[in-house]
Amino acid sequence: MTMIDEIRRVAGAIPDPEMPALTIADLGILRDVRIDASGHVDIDITPTYSGCPALDTIREDVERRIREQGYADVSVRVVLSPAWTTEWMSEAGRVKLREYGIAPPRRQRFEVKALTVAIECPECGSPRTHELAHFGSTQCQAVRQCNACGETFPHFKEH
Amino acid sequence: MVAGAAAVSTLRIADDCLVLSHRLAQWSSWAPTLEDDIALTNIALDLLGQARAMYARTAELDGTGRSEDDYAFMRDERAFVNCLLVEQENGDFATTILRQLLCSTYQLAQWQALTTSTDGQVAAIAAKAVKETEYHRDHATDWTLRLGDGTDESHQRMESALAALWPFTAELFESDDVSRDAAGLGVGPDPEDLRAAWDAYITRVLDDATLVVPKVSWKPTGGRQGLHTEAFGYMLAEMQHLHRSFPGVTW
Repeated sequence: MTMIDEIRRVAGAIPDPEMPALTIADLGILRDVRIDASGHVDIDITPTYSGCPALDTIREDVERRIREQGYADVSVRVVLSPAWTTEWMSEAGRVKLREYGIAPPRRQRFEVKALTVAIECPECGSPRTHELAHFGSTQCQAVRQCNACGETFPHFKEH
Repeated sequence: MVAGAAAVSTLRIADDCLVLSHRLAQWSSWAPTLEDDIALTNIALDLLGQARAMYARTAELDGTGRSEDDYAFMRDERAFVNCLLVEQENGDFATTILRQLLCSTYQLAQWQALTTSTDGQVAAIAAKAVKETEYHRDHATDWTLRLGDGTDESHQRMESALAALWPFTAELFESDDVSRDAAGLGVGPDPEDLRAAWDAYITRVLDDATLVVPKVSWKPTGGRQGLHTEAFGYMLAEMQHLHRSFPGVTW
């Protein structure tokens, strides 16, 4: 395993502070890892939302974990471009979200918003659900309810 | 050319975001439903993030190296260049929703234009903000329709909110030497050019909500030059108090 792969694996495995079931690699927050000839490590991360309060914690966690791996010279940079999208969430991340009780964002292939694909209830799997509130407990979530089992659940907003 | 036109133009946007963010944050624990308490404070958080990014860019452009906190907490009223609309008091829920509709529609048009800014950092901030602001506008639109085309009481409150806030919308589209120079540099749009898109959307939503735009001739202005309405000083005093009373305080 190359050094970059190892750093990517260790940094990527850091849990998101607000949704600890998911790692920052699952969410697509970890963007790039580089090492220059002098051994300096550069890591790029990107926020899900502009004011995401978890980002400062993530930045500190990444820096600390990589230093613990023996890399003394580490900088973690926040990059905004290209803008984060739920398309970057991994398949493993989507499965973990559902298991955690949060309906994952739908894929937006072919430049068409997946409006015809149902948002399924993470409890009973019914495709018949409706939105209760545009906004939820974090910036990246909305609140829905299942018509079949009546359960209220968060939905990871498509973005 | 106005010296530092680019920095002043980014500061205006940052101040709009910060002041509107603080107004919305004042709803925390006061909104009519839990869902909307969460919605308004979520929008406030997005706006705060946008403000921070634009202050950081402003500090690079104006060369002062000021921190985000310096801009937010250490400037006096006259140094703020936000528009008057964002600083207006929250009033009732209808007033806040209408202010959100008017502001987010304006901000969306502005961010969309800024995605092609010649300033790469501003374009990157804008690309993120567009997605967030579309969502803010959706929220305000839904509520405008429900309240405007709702009960007699909710309709009446929306009409009152329109009468109170509409005069402040003229200022949004005023051009001056700073905005023309910034547009000339390709940094940002001239506010005048945002008018058509804003008009089209607002007219359609108000129409669907059975609301009629009041005829007003009063067009208050001055925010972009640091001349604010009375409500702003009180808001700023509350917002800055902790930081100024305990310099260097952290969580």
